Amino acid sequence: MSKFAPLEAFAPSGAADLQLLPLRFERLSAGRYLVTNIVGDFLVLARDDLDRIAALDLRPGDGLYEKAFSRHLIAPKGRVGQLQLLALRLRSRMAFLREPTPLHLFVVTLRCEHSCPYCQVSRRSTDRGLYDMDESTAMRALNIALSAPPSSLKLEFQGGEPLLNFDLIKKIVLAAKERGPRRGKQLEFVITTNLALLTDSILAFCKDNGVLLSTSLDGPADLHNRNRPRPGGNSHELAVEGIRRAQEFLGRDRIGALMTTAEASLERPEEIIDEYVRLGLDGIFLRPLSPYGFAVKTKWIKGYDAARWLAFYRRGLRYILNLNKRGTHFPEFHAAMLMQRLLTDRPLGYVDLRSPSGAGLGALVYNYDGKVFASDEGRMLAEMGDRTFELGDVSADDYHSLVLSDRLVDLVGKSLTQCAPQCSSCAFEPHCGADPVYHHATQGDALGIKPLSDFCARQKGILALLIDLLDNSPDDAAVLRRWVAP
Amino acid sequence: MTPLPLSGQATMTSGFNAPGRFVLRLRDPRNTSNPGHNDAALVRSMDDAAVAMANGFTTSVVVGSALLADDEPRTPRVARFAERFGYFGEGDVIGLDAHSRRFRSLYRRNSEHNSFLVTERCNHYCLMCSQPPRDIDDSWILDEIAEAIPLIDPSTVSIGFTGGEPLLEWERFVPLLAMAGVRLPKTEIHVLTNGRGFAQPAIASAWASLANPRLCAGIPIYSAVDVRHDYIVQARGAFDETVLGVLRLKDKGQRVEIRLVLHALTAPDLVETCAWMARNLPFVDHVALMGLENTGFAIANDGLLWIDPFDYRDALTQGVSILSAAGLRVSIYNVPLCLLDSSAWPFAVRSISDWKNAFPPACDPCQERGRCGGFFSTGRPRYSDRIRPFLTKALP
Repeated sequence: MSKFAPLEAFAPSGAADLQLLPLRFERLSAGRYLVTNIVGDFLVLARDDLDRIAALDLRPGDGLYEKAFSRHLIAPKGRVGQLQLLALRLRSRMAFLREPTPLHLFVVTLRCEHSCPYCQVSRRSTDRGLYDMDESTAMRALNIALSAPPSSLKLEFQGGEPLLNFDLIKKIVLAAKERGPRRGKQLEFVITTNLALLTDSILAFCKDNGVLLSTSLDGPADLHNRNRPRPGGNSHELAVEGIRRAQEFLGRDRIGALMTTAEASLERPEEIIDEYVRLGLDGIFLRPLSPYGFAVKTKWIKGYDAARWLAFYRRGLRYILNLNKRGTHFPEFHAAMLMQRLLTDRPLGYVDLRSPSGAGLGALVYNYDGKVFASDEGRMLAEMGDRTFELGDVSADDYHSLVLSDRLVDLVGKSLTQCAPQCSSCAFEPHCGADPVYHHATQGDALGIKPLSDFCARQKGILALLIDLLDNSPDDAAVLRRWVAP
Repeated sequence: MTPLPLSGQATMTSGFNAPGRFVLRLRDPRNTSNPGHNDAALVRSMDDAAVAMANGFTTSVVVGSALLADDEPRTPRVARFAERFGYFGEGDVIGLDAHSRRFRSLYRRNSEHNSFLVTERCNHYCLMCSQPPRDIDDSWILDEIAEAIPLIDPSTVSIGFTGGEPLLEWERFVPLLAMAGVRLPKTEIHVLTNGRGFAQPAIASAWASLANPRLCAGIPIYSAVDVRHDYIVQARGAFDETVLGVLRLKDKGQRVEIRLVLHALTAPDLVETCAWMARNLPFVDHVALMGLENTGFAIANDGLLWIDPFDYRDALTQGVSILSAAGLRVSIYNVPLCLLDSSAWPFAVRSISDWKNAFPPACDPCQERGRCGGFFSTGRPRYSDRIRPFLTKALP
């Protein structure tokens, strides 16, 4: 019927009618290029196709126009719908900024009965008077925490081993539950503990007050005990028993565990994962060592580089994906978070992987001595003599003076991936984050030179792996998609 | 398999001043003692005629031919309809043009599928349009609807407005929606629009100011690619304006349904389109993926559009899975169950309006007819070769 026009009649007349939208690309392997837009929609393309997009050498019907248009890499000139979609989606991805500082860490003691050679916080073994937080410091810290803007706050108790100062935890929890609701705050409590000192009365308090537990479990007994020595050499036994009791008494979803990768872990990802599955834990977070505290002093941090850790991660993720394909729902939490970034625009304010950095804007840390730090790693550095990330003191500061301090603003402003050299042009930037403390610690500069950064190498390595699975492995992609179901 | 006739010509009218259009609500004369000026007695027998006179009716609609000799007493205004309109019942509303004697059903009280055509004018010219647009002045239709709305039973669950493009006359249409919202405080109101008008802030604001949580705009997006959408709707720039319109409505907290018609131009990209919607429009309230009604322009463009629904079955399964995984509410309309993968059954809705819904003889022995959406009986129905009756229940 002649009254209907053919498809060509609706096509742009050529490159002059089209424009490129902001895009970034990265060579994944010989001839394969990752191309992303500012909200992380991505394509994996051959070099020729990338060149054609860059030259706007595209025609509807050639397949490439369709891909480039639907990923918002190109737009017809004069049209605004795609720009509005991108703006809206970017706003949604950054919406974690509307809830500044939802996490508050209380270092209630620096003492610990473990003597882990990779300890990143530089624990002390003696002197209650010097290394325990006192009650007036705690109450001032709580006051600062409760003046943070979000209506939901998480208070986390750290150490050392925080159960060595459990009386103070009780006081803080009870005071918070009294003052929080009056200030319109919903509160969540977490104790990060090795569980060795867990008692029935501690469990009862946790149950009565809705306190969650987070522990460390590095894998099977020999590996765990080698990483985590304590008098009696029974760290693993006590951790497993503690996990079981907590699961039984508080509920399966009320206790989680974190693993830290030591050099001795590198060849044993399957055994580590099996240990988590065996204990009925709901997933695992495969974590590298961080360059702080004893991990640096003992040189454990030098036990492996980013490439060796990535090989470990790749092998572990493969094992986990296969477990899931056989019907066990068991996510790797780092991959799950990145999948949320890759597949959705739901905001993810995870403090260690966001830009603007989570330092101060995502979390504040109240040290045992009343000093306030922009991040947990910041206070770890302070124990090594570097006080760069110390923002103030609970006795002299309030929430605003800490978060608006020149030091924090400077730190966050300097480290924005959106405009940092080598980040602003990186195809992975929409899914990555700024880690000024890490780069300060390793390179003496909050921004750092990214090709020298293991942080950068690990993030790019994991993201490239996930994108490859999404692109080439439908069965694995189906599992990964399930991990981000809303 | 023929649809219910919704319009016709009166075999006789008397007492109606021509030219003039009349909106009549049909009443059982026995149950109505105080008829309003729009009420017409529905007369099926001589007795009905007498009761109508006694109860003060001034208008009657006579269905059938064997009644009322010329010398019988009668209401001042009479219209006579053929026997096949015997389905009209208490509370139904019709529009009658005295000059041409043509009438149309405007509202059937016992139907869940009442929809008002607002205009035949449109700024799209869709390749598969079931209601081909005409460039005529039909603004009288809005007057007729305005007169009909107060006659609708307030317990009606839902009504629709369609076109043409209703927003072409938005300055008159939006006040009509306002009246419907007030007169029908419990009724869901579903408006089929191409949404382009909402790209204009004034129209989106007028719509949002209705503040009716029961109001929903059903807006078509046929592709993730501008050129393909523009081609299907035969309007350059349509995709851009429609996307903007959807964003503006959602920005103002209005309910939006995205509608996609499945045919040979949309099915090959369906998975891509659904992935694009999941990624770009996860905040819309509903997505409807709809089988093609083979009528109107769809017949003329049969060669471009026809695809056996069986051949897009896998894409449809994958598409609903992507959308629902993104948290979107999604439905499949107009595709019979035997052409769907069983994993897609929970999304299938019995959506075809009662007056044009039917089953071919092959379906007679099927045990799943009770929950199957069936087929359109309108236009030139075309059936898949893969229609198979379920001789036992396929799913519990």
